[in-house]
Amino acid sequence: MALLEIENLHAGVEDEDIKILNGVDLTLDTGQLHAIMGPNGSGKSTLAAVLAGREEYEVLEGEILFQGEDLLELEPEERAEEGIFLAFQYPVELPGVSMTNFLKEAVNSVREARGQDELSSADFLKYMREKASLVDIDADLTKRSVNEGFSGGEKKRNEIFQLAMLQPKLAILDETDSGLDIDALQNVSNGVNKLWNEERGFLVITHYERILQYITPDRVHVMLDGEIVHSGDQELAHKLEEKGYDWIREEAAAAAA
Amino acid sequence: MSTSETEYLEGKASEEYEHGWSTDIESETTPKGLSEDIVRYISDRKNEPEWLLDWRLKAYEYFTDLLESGHYPDWAHLDYERPDFQDMHYFSAPKDKANYESLDEVPQEILDTFERLGIPLEEQKALTGVAVDAVMDSVSVATTFKEKLKEKGVIFKSFGEAARDHPVIVRQHLGSVVPYTDNLYAALNSAVFSDGSFVYVPEGVECPMELSTYFRMNEKGTGQFERTLIVAEPGAYVSYLEGCTAPMRKETQLHAAVVELIAHEDSEIKYSTIQNWYPGDEEGNGGIYNLVTKRGICKGDNSKISWTQLETGSAVTQKYPSVILAGDDTVGEFYSVAFTKGHQQADTGTKMQHIGKDTKSTIISKGISADVADNSYRGLVKVGKNADDARNFSQCDSMLLGPDCGAHTYPYIESANPSAQIEHEATTSKVGEDQMFYCHQRGLGEEEALKLIVNGFCKEILQELPMEFAVEAKELLAIELEGSVG
Repeated sequence: MALLEIENLHAGVEDEDIKILNGVDLTLDTGQLHAIMGPNGSGKSTLAAVLAGREEYEVLEGEILFQGEDLLELEPEERAEEGIFLAFQYPVELPGVSMTNFLKEAVNSVREARGQDELSSADFLKYMREKASLVDIDADLTKRSVNEGFSGGEKKRNEIFQLAMLQPKLAILDETDSGLDIDALQNVSNGVNKLWNEERGFLVITHYERILQYITPDRVHVMLDGEIVHSGDQELAHKLEEKGYDWIREEAAAAAA
Repeated sequence: MSTSETEYLEGKASEEYEHGWSTDIESETTPKGLSEDIVRYISDRKNEPEWLLDWRLKAYEYFTDLLESGHYPDWAHLDYERPDFQDMHYFSAPKDKANYESLDEVPQEILDTFERLGIPLEEQKALTGVAVDAVMDSVSVATTFKEKLKEKGVIFKSFGEAARDHPVIVRQHLGSVVPYTDNLYAALNSAVFSDGSFVYVPEGVECPMELSTYFRMNEKGTGQFERTLIVAEPGAYVSYLEGCTAPMRKETQLHAAVVELIAHEDSEIKYSTIQNWYPGDEEGNGGIYNLVTKRGICKGDNSKISWTQLETGSAVTQKYPSVILAGDDTVGEFYSVAFTKGHQQADTGTKMQHIGKDTKSTIISKGISADVADNSYRGLVKVGKNADDARNFSQCDSMLLGPDCGAHTYPYIESANPSAQIEHEATTSKVGEDQMFYCHQRGLGEEEALKLIVNGFCKEILQELPMEFAVEAKELLAIELEGSVG
């Protein structure tokens, strides 16, 4: 059984007559890492938002199975509890809410749903220090308010840290590499490589081939106008970097005609 | 805001008031209405000295004049019916006895009441180190820790007792910060106040414990008019906690308290409040009118007064805990969280009056509104012409938890001294879908997410509360936010 099966997914913005996804098909097995590439506005981030259950998007057609279960039936927090994690493109600030407090609530909420005991404060702090050191972030960050006053790079690294804390089955990275300098990019990539294992699948959404120099995907998909129009291996990413998206566009148009 | 979020937030309005019940104690209550006879009766029942009766009568006369000439303090952003002063009771006392010497004398029902409110006096006595002067309706029920305070020379008594035992100090300070001519409700309180607390901390003494009074209104249709007077002599320090809840009542109840603080040279008074009175029902019927005058004076140089309040209850709240910075190098602080939901309305803030040189004031106000509630901050920073190098920092943040509530900020600044530095910052934010979704994505449900966000928003204020209150305050905010999440 695949970890994630997306079949003929059509989705748009609720209350507005805008269709963004026009029949996405994708299958991801546990232990695999797939990259989704594509130009701006092709629907990559919408796909991530729909998977995480963002309410302003409406699914019009198709289905999503997560570990064989209908994902669309679940509330966003239930999806998180089932093991879906989204690293946000724009992480949100929560003024006055300390990272420690936030993560303690989140980790224990997820643990409870998975039938595990709540961590005591001491065990939680120990666990948090372990994970911080695993993804190589400054432990001082956990004393600050969630994302408040964080630099762009810190916010993105903080997403990877949360991924490490929450131990999801499926991690979706929504342009986590955008806006990072080379050091931060390496740090994020190292984090992903450490967290990528047999038990976990990754969906890495990106504009650039750059991150794929550090992370080797099993598959690369190209999204165009709300559809996956081409899939291949890492070579495809290099080709896109060299040639851009026009050839794919032409290919897709030819196939449609 | 998305539909489910709105529904959730609306669901909160349907919560029933947690402490909505009343104790069955036989009470002795004066007939409805206010007259000179009622004022004399109250004074007589409390065995007051002649001078205090005279003062009450003058206040009564002044109140009558204001009423006849239509001087209502109705300039606030509040919409409610003026109370009918002839349609309420002004005194009620448990029948058998007016005062208690020890806990053993207190009727069991009263003790049970406090137990249910989570304030078991016995346990508090043993565990928390907080002295509790519990006011049930108009009569002091129990006072603990008296001996320990006595050793240090700290006087912590019900107002009635203090007026009898320490007439000189009480007479010297009563009405010196809030005169009965201050406003209609201050005049009313001065005429009919039936109890409250008196605190006196002698020179150089740091009060050895947090002082706490637990007020509770429990008599149908009874307005409660307590009066608190705190005097800190030079070099003294005292932290005073006031917490309140009231039972569910259909009739509107008026609460018009007066609090006066006097800080002499190098002394500090910290006054903290949690106010959780009955806010009325879903349709906006009933609930407490909380119309209170609180003011402190930093009389001596280097003195400091700090107000911290968490206001979550009452149908209508109008209060402006203020500081007169008379001495040089004095400090005034105001930290406030006002949470309104349902049909609640609050118009609250502070006045910082800079008179002395190098005086400093800080105002941090957080307003949270849900449902159709209205929440206003109103503050005055006034710098006198001799107040060289006065400094003020004000920050007023509002948070809206839905599309139909309101937040307003009315800052007033009057400066007569060009060396003054006054800073004002104001923000209004909606609890965004983005914030909620971010929390959901990390596995947090509606309620957990909202609690985190609101607690974060109020953090600066909650950390100003004494430890044992801070925990209670967080819990109270959590209770306020809880709803029927489907």
